[in-house]
Amino acid sequence: MAPAPSSTSSAVTLNINGEKHHLTVDHRTTLLDALRERLDLTGTKKGCDQGQCGACTVLVDGRRTVSCLNLAVAAEGHEITTVEGLADGDRLHPVQQAFLDLDGYQCGYCTPGQICSAIAVIEEHAAGWPSAATEDVRPEAGPPPLTPEEIRERMSGNLCRCGAYVSILQAVARAAGEHAEATDGKAKETTA
Amino acid sequence: MREFGYRRARDVSGALALLAADPDARYLGGGTNLVDLMKAGVERPAHLVDVRELPLDGIEITPEGGLRVGATVTNSDLAAHPEVRRRYPALAQAVLAGASGQLRNMATVGGNLLQRTRCGYFTDVSKPCNKRAPGSGCPAVTGEHHNHAILGATDHCVAVHPSDMGVALTAFDAVVTYETPDGPAESPLADFYLPVGDTPHRETALPPGALITGVVLPPAPVAARSRYRKVRERASYAFAIGSVAAALDVEDGVVRDVRLALGAVASRPWRARAAERVLVGGPADGAAFAAAADAELAAAKPLPDNGYKVTLMRNLMVAVLTELAEEATR
Amino acid sequence: MTTATTGPAAVKGAVGTAHTRVEGRDKVTGAARYAGEIPFADLAHGWLALSTVARGRVRSLDTDAVLGMPGVLAVLHHGNAPRVDTDYVGMLGIPPDPTAAVFQDDRVPHVGWPVALVVAETPEQAREAAEALVVTYDEEPHDTVLTADHPGAYPADGHMPAETEKGDLAASLAASAVVVDEEYTTPEEHHSMMEPHAATALWDGGRLEVIDSNQGATWVQTELAKMFSLDESAVRVRSEHIGGGFGSKGLRAHQVSAVMAATVLQRPVRVVMTRRQMFSLAGHRSPTVQRVRLGADADGRLRALEHRSLNQTSTVYEFVEPGAGVARVMYDADAHRTANHVVRLDVPSPTFMRAPGEAPGSFAIESALDELAERCGVDPIELRLRNEPEAGPVSGLPFSSRNLAACFREGARRFGWAERDPRPGIRREGRWLLGTGTAAASFGAGAGPSTALLTAEADGTFTVRISAADLGTGARTALTLVAADALEVTPERVRVRIGDSDFGPAMIAGGSMGTRSWAWAITEAARELRERLALGPAVPPEGITVRSDTTEALGALAQKERHSYGAQFAEVAVDTATGEVRVRRMLGIFAAGRIVNPLTARNQLVGGMIWGISMALHEEAVRDRATGGLYAPDLAGYHVATHADVGDVDADWVDDHDPDDPVGIKGVGEIGIVGAAAAVANAVRHATGVRHRSLPIRPDRVLSARADGSGTDA
Repeated sequence: MAPAPSSTSSAVTLNINGEKHHLTVDHRTTLLDALRERLDLTGTKKGCDQGQCGACTVLVDGRRTVSCLNLAVAAEGHEITTVEGLADGDRLHPVQQAFLDLDGYQCGYCTPGQICSAIAVIEEHAAGWPSAATEDVRPEAGPPPLTPEEIRERMSGNLCRCGAYVSILQAVARAAGEHAEATDGKAKETTA
Repeated sequence: MREFGYRRARDVSGALALLAADPDARYLGGGTNLVDLMKAGVERPAHLVDVRELPLDGIEITPEGGLRVGATVTNSDLAAHPEVRRRYPALAQAVLAGASGQLRNMATVGGNLLQRTRCGYFTDVSKPCNKRAPGSGCPAVTGEHHNHAILGATDHCVAVHPSDMGVALTAFDAVVTYETPDGPAESPLADFYLPVGDTPHRETALPPGALITGVVLPPAPVAARSRYRKVRERASYAFAIGSVAAALDVEDGVVRDVRLALGAVASRPWRARAAERVLVGGPADGAAFAAAADAELAAAKPLPDNGYKVTLMRNLMVAVLTELAEEATR
Repeated sequence: MTTATTGPAAVKGAVGTAHTRVEGRDKVTGAARYAGEIPFADLAHGWLALSTVARGRVRSLDTDAVLGMPGVLAVLHHGNAPRVDTDYVGMLGIPPDPTAAVFQDDRVPHVGWPVALVVAETPEQAREAAEALVVTYDEEPHDTVLTADHPGAYPADGHMPAETEKGDLAASLAASAVVVDEEYTTPEEHHSMMEPHAATALWDGGRLEVIDSNQGATWVQTELAKMFSLDESAVRVRSEHIGGGFGSKGLRAHQVSAVMAATVLQRPVRVVMTRRQMFSLAGHRSPTVQRVRLGADADGRLRALEHRSLNQTSTVYEFVEPGAGVARVMYDADAHRTANHVVRLDVPSPTFMRAPGEAPGSFAIESALDELAERCGVDPIELRLRNEPEAGPVSGLPFSSRNLAACFREGARRFGWAERDPRPGIRREGRWLLGTGTAAASFGAGAGPSTALLTAEADGTFTVRISAADLGTGARTALTLVAADALEVTPERVRVRIGDSDFGPAMIAGGSMGTRSWAWAITEAARELRERLALGPAVPPEGITVRSDTTEALGALAQKERHSYGAQFAEVAVDTATGEVRVRRMLGIFAAGRIVNPLTARNQLVGGMIWGISMALHEEAVRDRATGGLYAPDLAGYHVATHADVGDVDADWVDDHDPDDPVGIKGVGEIGIVGAAAAVANAVRHATGVRHRSLPIRPDRVLSARADGSGTDA
């Protein structure tokens, strides 16, 4: 069902997980609904549709956002990564693997959002971004260590009603550690 | 949600022209508040002019030594910027205390200034609200108001401004710059938000059709030692029930300069000038901080269920000023 | 033909060892499809329009204007919707909540009651049309406020007798050296599972198919069959992945209205609740007003115990939140009186929510015991140990196993309880006052009749088919391990299929009974299958299938008090200048029978404890007196705990063996929340010296308690 573009709909090309999708969207259609209802990418979940739960988190140009408050028509021209685009073939992304191994979920409905968010948290931290848990945000204080408090605060935009927070924290911490090791390893290779 | 047109603006003049073309048009920034309100039926624009990709995303040091922040700078980029963190740490903390990582990546500085109250009567179109439907009444006065205003409110509206960022900007005398069909203009943040009076639906001094282009922070050496503390009903991802942005310069135990602004107590970020006046030139001790807080809160008019906010704000002001004073002696 | 082997090849039992979830990969890759995510050709979208008044009648609906809007296919309402039957008793032995039977008359019993379903080609069209539908009402005065002395209160049974009484309460209280007499309140709470209720209904070759998210596929199937007067075989309900349930996912307006629309339009129709709609359509935990009176000797031994609990229900359905039931299991006294009362108000029907009765009831009684311990000068753990009953305080039945003392001993050791100074308000760390608290927990270990199909496949694997539901509990994985052990094969050779009413009747995922009930049926089926395979090992291409039914076996189980137990410990930090409370640490030690999968069981128990944190500090739905509707019914207005609210929380267990239970599993879904809020509140008391008897312990309550100088009570 693809209506012709009109004053209230537009033909757009959405770049999702490295693949281009051409479709005509009602301007009211959010990126979340375009993914779920139009492109059969149902891994991104609708928990509240109001930006209040984080279940619909996707990466836009590498940054985590809630897709429920992003209009599909406004998402054109950006690189969108959903949970379906994280694994490398059969090989899970390290964050996905950590969630699986450490039982970082229960019902699984907030999980894609938690995973996308966690990937961005690790990147944001690596880039030196402070958080509300950072005692001293001044650049002179240096980047904050990724303590449990830092991870909890940074992940707080993703509600998990099952209360799997403890194992999610463990999963994010493990993946962050692996990421740091890999980055250190690469840095050493470069310097060598 | 009604159907609407959508256009992406390429430049500021183009945005103004697109908005002028339709009286029912609205600018779309990060969408974190507007799209939500459209889903709730509170906002029903006929046309959206997407301004997110306008070239207003810079943060630069002004010749005077302040900062100019573009309107489309995201909250995340604002909070991560080294000069913001160095010169105005309370601003970075305030932004980081708001919403979630996802929402901060979307929300823009311009949009943040224009966000609407989260009062549960305002966001529920099945209930009366003078701000949303002028003349329909304010059910919060006799209804649920435990997180409503204690300062500057009237019987017409007791809602509070939800911004954290705005509180820090208010403390640091930020100036809002905007473009109108007649050319550029600006307004100190202190004058930008209108008093509630009997017109709570009129929130800002922004002329119709005008586009916020940015915020200018004047140089403020005092701001280098500043803090933002926010209290909310859970540890994260919630709006404030009270917040304080404070900066303090102390020399030999005497307050040389101080900035103090309060959040979640009024229809706008509340500059605590009465408290500042009490403090400047006086001792930087607990008694003085308490006297200053009391001076500011003398005007408080709590409702039956939000009197705790007077205690909360007094304690918060004293706590944050005490921390800053202790930091100064370290 | 191949030979199926069971037996010694599986060296080590699977049950009791950690296993990652069998559907885990699907969940972390987004491949797991939930109810609203199964595509159908020609799918139409339904959007519910809800009443804006709390009581009255629908006078008119302007359907013509809406039917002319783009994409709109139909508007169902009380004037044109198919009639349904609500005069029956459902699978759980109770009549249906008529609030699920939508569009049958013009009466409006609460704000947010469905008055119409708008069906359109796209969700956007359906939404706009539903919002545009003009409905007028004849409004009547409403009453939505629960008060302790509400004149409409009456005793109500629910799933236990309303009242129990023995001994002379007044005399025993008078003879007591120490008396506690306090009122405790808990607010309206909402399940708020992350996945909103969603159902797609379609007619396929004369058979009604419903793709749903629910806690029991056969439960919803039989309810729909009865309601629509269909043969049960003509209805199939599937519910493969469920994004949380917590008691809320039974028969509700979304399935019923989707079936109506699919019937009228003869095409698939999906109805999904919005988050805001869930706050009036998905049930809730009633607020409670509870009064506890305890009388004890100076050493803390109870002489008198009274627990009265009052809850609200709707005007059309009686639901009891039996807060007073806890004491019937936990504590004995010469004089012992418990009572559950309800008041009918113009509010949505409450429903089961994680540990119904036990969650709010344990807050009251476990807080009261803490008060008693303090007044007696007895350690709160010692006080509970002194009051361990020999038999069921009300039933007089023996306990099948009662390992509460072991939980307290192990918990105290690991939590560092021995070093605790009982004096309140003396530990400061920066701006925080620190305190610790404890509370006991119990939850019934029941089971419901279930059937299972077990197939020995020709390729040497085994398939279990059972109408179980995995709400995130890990049931699918647990049943895989149980089946593997029962068959004496490795779990890799077992495939468990659930969530399909065609697999036959089975217990719902509720009352912490699911895994126990289903495991029982699977174990029985495995026994029979192994006997069959032992007789003739040749498996035909279609496999060999056996069916079990536990109805008889359950009936043969001796009558005893069967429960899980637990000891909850919490450490909190309170800033009395701002009213902020943080839970730094929690430990729960449980006696919950045989733990099938330690990985997922720990997660369940910890999750329950986190619900306790959330209940203690955050959750509260506020009803607006003027309109009778909720104030800010969304996830920004209704706070559940975030990552940042949850400190170091751990759960573990002690050995807990029930000698005459053939399964040994007790269930871990609910015990984790029981007592957890009380442990937090008791810790807040220890930190600050202020007793909070109303939940949640919000910053304003902490601040007001200090400001009014009351010093000891809030």
